[in-house]
Amino acid sequence: MLTFLTRRLMSSIPVVLTVLALCFLLVRIAPGSPFATERALDPKTKAYLEEKYGLSGSLPQQIIRYGSNVLHGDLGDSLKFRGRTVVEIIAQSLPRSLLLGSIAFTLALGLGIPMGAWAAARHNKTPDHWLNSIALLTLSIPTFVLAPVAVLFFSFGIPLFPPAGWGTLPQLVLPSLCLALPFVGVCARLTRSGLIETTGADFIRTARAKGVTEKTLILIHALRPAVLPLVAYAGPLAASILTGSLVIEEIFAIPGIGQFFVSGVMNRDVFLVSGVVLIYCVLLLFFNLVTDWLTAILDPRIRAQS
Amino acid sequence: MMLRRGIPGLTGLLLACLSLSSCQTRPRADLVLCNGAEPQTLDPALVSGQLEGRLCSALYEGLTRRDSRGKSIPAAAKSWDISPDGKTYTFHLRPDLRWSNGDPVTSSDYRESWLRALHPNTASPYAEIFFGISNAQEFNQGKSTAESVGLQTPDPLTLRVQLTHPLPYFPSLTSFTTYLPVHQATVTKYGDRWAQPGTWVGNGPYRLLDWKINDRVSLEKNPLYHSPERIRLQRIDALAVTRASTAFNLYSSGQADLLLDKGLIPSLMLPQLRGRPDFHPGPLFATYFYRFNVTRPPFQDVRVRRAFALAIDKETIVERITRGNEPIAQSLTPRGIADYEPPEGLPSDPTTAQGLLKLAGYPEGRGFPRVSLLYNKSELNEQIAVEIQAQWKRVLGVEVELRNQEWATYLRSLDELDFDIARSSWVGDYDDPNTFLDCFVTGRGNNRTGWSDPTYDSLLNRALAEPKPTKRLQLLASAETILVSQALPIIPLYHFVGCLMFDPNQWEGLYPNLLDEHPFSEIGPKGK
Repeated sequence: MLTFLTRRLMSSIPVVLTVLALCFLLVRIAPGSPFATERALDPKTKAYLEEKYGLSGSLPQQIIRYGSNVLHGDLGDSLKFRGRTVVEIIAQSLPRSLLLGSIAFTLALGLGIPMGAWAAARHNKTPDHWLNSIALLTLSIPTFVLAPVAVLFFSFGIPLFPPAGWGTLPQLVLPSLCLALPFVGVCARLTRSGLIETTGADFIRTARAKGVTEKTLILIHALRPAVLPLVAYAGPLAASILTGSLVIEEIFAIPGIGQFFVSGVMNRDVFLVSGVVLIYCVLLLFFNLVTDWLTAILDPRIRAQS
Repeated sequence: MMLRRGIPGLTGLLLACLSLSSCQTRPRADLVLCNGAEPQTLDPALVSGQLEGRLCSALYEGLTRRDSRGKSIPAAAKSWDISPDGKTYTFHLRPDLRWSNGDPVTSSDYRESWLRALHPNTASPYAEIFFGISNAQEFNQGKSTAESVGLQTPDPLTLRVQLTHPLPYFPSLTSFTTYLPVHQATVTKYGDRWAQPGTWVGNGPYRLLDWKINDRVSLEKNPLYHSPERIRLQRIDALAVTRASTAFNLYSSGQADLLLDKGLIPSLMLPQLRGRPDFHPGPLFATYFYRFNVTRPPFQDVRVRRAFALAIDKETIVERITRGNEPIAQSLTPRGIADYEPPEGLPSDPTTAQGLLKLAGYPEGRGFPRVSLLYNKSELNEQIAVEIQAQWKRVLGVEVELRNQEWATYLRSLDELDFDIARSSWVGDYDDPNTFLDCFVTGRGNNRTGWSDPTYDSLLNRALAEPKPTKRLQLLASAETILVSQALPIIPLYHFVGCLMFDPNQWEGLYPNLLDEHPFSEIGPKGK
């Protein structure tokens, strides 16, 4: 296991560096300057700023300079939020997105798996059809529609929760529900289809013939192999949901990291964009690793192969 | 088993995030306002946006300041003398001024702060606002030394400013954000990171209590301010909210007391809000206009530019699209400056427009080259562009292609004159027509049309040297006539309006005004 982990970690380093270099390159070759404002900028001032922030010289020189700084733990300064380092921005924003994302992730799995199992146990019956329709609905409604409707009903219709803001627990309820709901549907459908497939397998038929109860059959025997597709899906989902959502953060005024993906690109704030991409990349690699590890635990065939 | 092991881990992670993200109930500030986007900086020398300027005017105090009606009044300077030629201003500072760390505020602080903003390495986006001071432009361009700039401090309470021309609006200019003083020792000690909680030092009515990225800037009353009895609010939270519907929801649910920007009010709701007592509209010193690239055919020909200007029906735009009761713009400078009468400009005249296009060689638009209209991505810009495109097609028979670019690309296209017609807007920095008209002097960075007219430049130069205010404004009006009635490198479309939302039974000290100035130091609960 240790060898496996070490090998995966070592192979991740070039992946991260390549992603960073590509990200830096794409933002730098996009037209427009990070220092441009509606007021004209003196060319000398622009040249001075480029020099100051390490954006002078050729693109390969800039990338090498940036890569070297990253390896020394320096992600650079934000070009738009003057006087702020990228590390400082991430350190303030990421925990908020992590908190919101963790709740949404727990909700997505916590609601999706039981719903899927319940529907699979009633395969092709009315509750299964209902649940399928609900899952499809949650999948199809975009967040930018779901969130304002939720605010309308639960903040103004029945004033249960605040419509936006950050700082109190009730303010977390609507954004985490809206963030989780589309994934609840996906998780439910993946669990349901996995269980239906597994319950048709020979070993389940054997268990059933031996007189194992339906509840034990699903929860003990079938669920474990049935959630494998869900585990494969949950890894990238965790990385994406934990690094924030632009729409949810904007609608609910959540000061998370999600907004910087888009505003950073718009502002050509190359260090900020690269910083948040780095976080996303590391989280994605980490959760892929966790997914592989969980798959090995859940599926004895994979364990045997490795 | 796994689940049992997983739950404590997950709970631990959630608790860690909870504590890290400081998600706890905190006492509500006396005033909570939606301030727009996240402030880019609170260093006055680097500020270029209104939302940062609003916070800076609470954190620092200039020689003068704006009151709640936008009028310039004495602040750190108790009085000033003007030389007979109008070119030397001697400011006398109040003796009781203190920085928030207890240090005395002296005239040297103002001189050093202004020189810092002018220094090329500070890269201040508004350095040119000092160019009325003698040798300031040369210093900014690295052609002279700091000592040569017309700023002297004969004693700690006196600042003498030598101007290149008489500028009757100079005292009011010193209330502008870039003219605000900074504590030089703090700047030297902490470098770029000085304007952060914990290191920040200022001299305004409020001090910086906290600044959470994308969340809020918290201000608290500065006990060392020279007139603390005037400040009625102990704590103010300025929320960073960009989405209009979110800001409006916060206001409607009582989480915010004040919306300070029309951009924070959903435009679809404007007609319903107009009759409400908490909706306070007012004119703004800002204009939405289109600019031509006069270096390219067919807009090198003034007859074509004139035809395009006369073909536009501006009433339709403000009635059907902007819907905020915006006045249509016939001039670049909005009305409202005392003694300045902007030129009449050009009314909508489709018949003359068609005749002019025919004279230019394109009868009914035949043979007219394909041109494009550039705008930066926004729903409003797009709606206006589509309407004007249709009007030009209907009246002139010309096809105009719409070209939508995101902000940074759009700015580059403007700078490189890579457009035929482009959307623009300009917000006046001080209450004088010069703040608009100076943009179009030959070679100015903000000209962005390629247009150059020696008569226009000469009129603006003469206005600069003119000591008599009435004559000076006449010269400026003549220059503006060239701009909006004769040469037409631009087509003014409408003047912006501002909208404030607050409960008038709860708050006082807020009045819509041309410069959109709403000093926090004058806001307070009604009757207290």
